[in-house]
Amino acid sequence: MASSSLLRRAISSAPSSSFLRPISARLFSSSSDETVLSIETSVPFTGHKIEPPSRIVETSPKELLSFFHDMALMRRMEIAADSLYKAKLIRGFCHLYDGQEAVAVGMEAAITKADGIITAYRDHCIFLGRGGTLVEAFAELMGRKAGCSNGKGGSMHFYKKDSRFYGGHGIVGAQVPLGCGVAFAQKYNKEGAVTFALYGDGAANQGQLFEALNISALWDLPAILVCENNHYGMGTAEWRAAKSPSYYKRGDYVPGLKVDGMDAFAVKQACKFAKEHALANGPIILEMDTYRYHGHSMSDPGSTYRTRDEISGIRQERDPIERIRKLILAHDIAPASELKDTEKEIRKQVDDAIAQAKECPMPDESELFTNVYAKGYGVESFGPDRKEIRATLP
Amino acid sequence: MASLQMAALLSAPSTPVACDRVGVRVGTVRLAASPSTARNGGALVVRSEATVHGGLPARGVNLITHAVAEKAAATNATDSKPGHEVLLFEALMEGLDEEMERDPTVCVIGEDVGHYGGSYKVTKGLATKYGDLRVLDTPIAENSFTGMGIGAAMTGLRPVVEGMNMGFLLLAYNQISNNCGMLHYTSGGQFKIPIVIRGPGGVGRQLGAEHSQRLESYFQSIPGIQMVACSTPYNAKGLMKAAIRSENPVVLFEHVLLYNLKERIPDEEYVLSLEEAEMVRPGEHVTILTYSRMRYHVMQAAKTLVNKGYDPEVIDIRSLKPFDLHTIGNSIKKTHRVLIVEECMRTGGIGASLRAAIIDNFWDYLDGPIICLSSQDVPTPYAGTLEDWTVVQPAQIVAAVEQLCK
Repeated sequence: MASSSLLRRAISSAPSSSFLRPISARLFSSSSDETVLSIETSVPFTGHKIEPPSRIVETSPKELLSFFHDMALMRRMEIAADSLYKAKLIRGFCHLYDGQEAVAVGMEAAITKADGIITAYRDHCIFLGRGGTLVEAFAELMGRKAGCSNGKGGSMHFYKKDSRFYGGHGIVGAQVPLGCGVAFAQKYNKEGAVTFALYGDGAANQGQLFEALNISALWDLPAILVCENNHYGMGTAEWRAAKSPSYYKRGDYVPGLKVDGMDAFAVKQACKFAKEHALANGPIILEMDTYRYHGHSMSDPGSTYRTRDEISGIRQERDPIERIRKLILAHDIAPASELKDTEKEIRKQVDDAIAQAKECPMPDESELFTNVYAKGYGVESFGPDRKEIRATLP
Repeated sequence: MASLQMAALLSAPSTPVACDRVGVRVGTVRLAASPSTARNGGALVVRSEATVHGGLPARGVNLITHAVAEKAAATNATDSKPGHEVLLFEALMEGLDEEMERDPTVCVIGEDVGHYGGSYKVTKGLATKYGDLRVLDTPIAENSFTGMGIGAAMTGLRPVVEGMNMGFLLLAYNQISNNCGMLHYTSGGQFKIPIVIRGPGGVGRQLGAEHSQRLESYFQSIPGIQMVACSTPYNAKGLMKAAIRSENPVVLFEHVLLYNLKERIPDEEYVLSLEEAEMVRPGEHVTILTYSRMRYHVMQAAKTLVNKGYDPEVIDIRSLKPFDLHTIGNSIKKTHRVLIVEECMRTGGIGASLRAAIIDNFWDYLDGPIICLSSQDVPTPYAGTLEDWTVVQPAQIVAAVEQLCK
């Protein structure tokens, strides 16, 4: 049921549609930096209590190539993580983002590092988008000390404070009030920045989301709630979990926008639009219509609640990387062989990063007790003899 | 240290414990300076004078069961005395006000804290002084506004989140446990959460089961948070200031029945240490460990005990997480007998953990088993008599000490 509607949406933006036909007058230009290309998004935006932005997105060859590169890198990283998990180098939970890369990349293109992003556990690619390195990511996944959280967080707890990436949270829904709190601080400090709080279609039914939305709307906070709707909350399809699966409308008094999350330019346009709105008018909801190829996590085959046809159908019709590839080829920005080389290069980069991460040591025993508390005013942890507790493990 | 010594006159023929000092102190009880006062950085720590009711109870009289909120009495507060008199909620407000003045990143988030002035008046007047962006009235949404406070703290703000009653914070338990306590660790030290979560808890005056909860039992095993409980205006202000200045998340437990305690506190600025226990009454025979409202029940019992010839050492542990094992240990090494008096329920309360910590560390110094007096494992009933039987009363404390000292 759900699968056919997804495919229907895909077919409506089939290759014969307008997105490949260049709109701008400057056709067939080489990849010079000044070239401005106008691309039409796959589908128009749908607005709830708001006038949606234009379908035409301006971009440049440079940006197209960088989108391709970044998304290919993210895709490669996730596939590599899959192999590492099967090789038992990554344990526990591992939630992969392949298929959803357009959201991460499009969002980054629309904002700066002064804006904040917070998400739940499907955070590897957002981390990369915020400036995290491959080695940090793989090391954290393998529990090494060189990981972004010193090996103490794991797959679900990637953070990057200097780029305002607030994680990385295991309990879905809880990150939305946190994100609204970050937005509150941005307003408090008059920073002129916004915060994107990402959550999934599963977490969209959490009460604390609506609580936080209410408070954000009351206090006019620059918070943007982004529902990454990949249509399945683990094994439960959206129509079985939500009475109203129009997540962009569920803010009621808060305006919303529905976006094709597989189209990086639509995402970019929407995020840009949302940022302007949030700074002026308070919260807005974005629903990204996206899809994950893997199951919910590595322990989920992903095929018991959806058909393989659906998955391959989306891969054929709506894959974000293929869309960019076709655009690059249609605009003659780079030949196909160059793109293939980029992908080879990326594969090598990822393999090197994994090799490097494998060499990294595990955290020390003493690390068990570090960073439980922060050193600061008046904090001294004492044992009975007033000396700092140092643990010795057997 | 001057103390009035009178011979034990009462006809109560209780067998005096073999020790030198049999006496009674009336009037002023000076709190002993904590041995580590000098450690506290630049802030001045001044001794306070807490007065207790004078007079010796006549023999055979029933102990007052509601031994709470005694106004500082008899000894005349002359004008030449330093400091100013405040009620406990005013002391909290002063602490909060001073910190908000000093640091513009301190803000208050809670229900009815702004325009209403706080349901227990702790934030009265602050909204007018600091504006709506720093004293924020929230809708009834504990889960999310606690989460928002934590998110704001991740960026460097220092919110003070008020739970109108501590029991309401159960709704925010996920945020407090996972995001507040653990974020510093799971982010590898990247994010500090300098938040203060405070509110009144404890058994009140027939407030009913859901409004009489003791959340310190539930929060105590969350790694990464600190918990303190205030019991006097002096330590309320000091702990509030220390909690706000701390880089770690601190849960400050106040008590519904203690807000109107009056005490003279110093005019000078002072900040207390979050991890120190307070020596309320030095003694020789038994160490009584307590906190919050039970301190007053213990002191009430102490009067009776002194009349009977015992010399209890009363320590208000104040720091519920981590325990001040140094002060506690020194006391146990002196007295060799421990009584814990708490308001938590018997199962899984602070007393249970404290008992375990003492056994682990000071087993060799104990002459007998540790007695722990806690509330009963029942929801707090509404009826007054039943409610009294739920919590520990001074008579039980006296009986326990007598049993320990046999």
